[in-house]
Amino acid sequence: MKVAITSQGKTLESKVDTRFGRAGWFVVIDTNTGDYNAVSNEQNLNAKQGAGIQAAEQVSRQEVSALITGNCGPKAFRTLMAAGIKVYYGTEGTVAEVLEQFHNGTLSEASDANVDSHWV
Amino acid sequence: MALNLTIAVASGKGGTGKTTVSANLACAAIEAGHNAAYLDCDVEEPNGHLFLKPRISHIYPVGIPVPVVNEEKCTKCGACGEICQYSAIVKISKTVLTFDNMCHGCGGCSLVCPAGAITEKERPIGVIEEGDAGGVSFIHGRLNIGEAMSPPLIKAVRKAGLHGNLTIVDVPPGTSCPVIAAVRGVDYVLLVTEPTPFGLNDLGLALDMLRELGIPGAVVINRSDPEYNHLAHDFCRERGVQILAEIPDERRVAEAYSVGELAYYAVPGYRKIMQQLLTSVEREAIG
Repeated sequence: MKVAITSQGKTLESKVDTRFGRAGWFVVIDTNTGDYNAVSNEQNLNAKQGAGIQAAEQVSRQEVSALITGNCGPKAFRTLMAAGIKVYYGTEGTVAEVLEQFHNGTLSEASDANVDSHWV
Repeated sequence: MALNLTIAVASGKGGTGKTTVSANLACAAIEAGHNAAYLDCDVEEPNGHLFLKPRISHIYPVGIPVPVVNEEKCTKCGACGEICQYSAIVKISKTVLTFDNMCHGCGGCSLVCPAGAITEKERPIGVIEEGDAGGVSFIHGRLNIGEAMSPPLIKAVRKAGLHGNLTIVDVPPGTSCPVIAAVRGVDYVLLVTEPTPFGLNDLGLALDMLRELGIPGAVVINRSDPEYNHLAHDFCRERGVQILAEIPDERRVAEAYSVGELAYYAVPGYRKIMQQLLTSVEREAIG
């Protein structure tokens, strides 16, 4: 399966980005092979509105089954659910560390958004 | 005199006296025999009614069109999401999601849908109230609480007020989308300012906006004060903009304001200033 993790940089050593819609990067990891690539989220950083929805679309295009991030608002969460992507909240440490927590089962699947909408 | 003139009363900074000037100007217009309309386009916090005290006779809702997707007709092509600049509609996986409160109501998604799967429904954003205020046709918009999309309601207020032969538009403060919606297409703009550095800074922004829109205008100095007026005079000279009136800083004006009275009737001398302002605006706007 493929997992996306919001990240401040492009590698497994990068710090996790707690933001979803306006995260710097999405590091996408294939858990079977360990291969990974980084997807820039630059176009959403300055979006006037809808960054969460756009980010969810982008993650969905990577055909991931799970997303690990710090915070997720209601519109992003709804979009991720529609895409069939499971959401896990994990905010501590590097991408590699969070991935390990995910493998160990210490991150639990989110049932809802954990922050409010920025827009009405 | 048969006029057909729309005057907007705007300002960069808030609280400079837009409503005071526009409501009192409406009184002068009625006394001058005009068929005057007052349009409160500050739909997020309309307050002209506190002074003009209209008898409201007509209330109706205003909404914007938002998309409704017929899932059976939808081919999941994603064209709707590609055209939308606001992420209000998005194709994700095998479904199309809509986010009504992100939608600006442009209709682009339904136009590009090749399957004819998108229809529109009205999402209410506020109401318009119309009535009579001592001979002034009174119209204002009230935006629903929590609503972010004010320009469509402002445009509806402008459209509702097309019948006066002298229309005074009370504009929200600032220089952003709601202000543009309120001033677009008017004949002339009065920019109300205080003679303070804050007031003049924002007046400069408002002047830039008018130049961009190509609308002529002039300045009204409110709460003018002998100690600071030179700042405003210098500023207007530098920017090449005329000052059409100076309204002195008077405690009695503030007292009238605080109890919802029109300074036009309550404060001696105010009537004359407004009458002269009206004459000057007509002269300048008709050219």
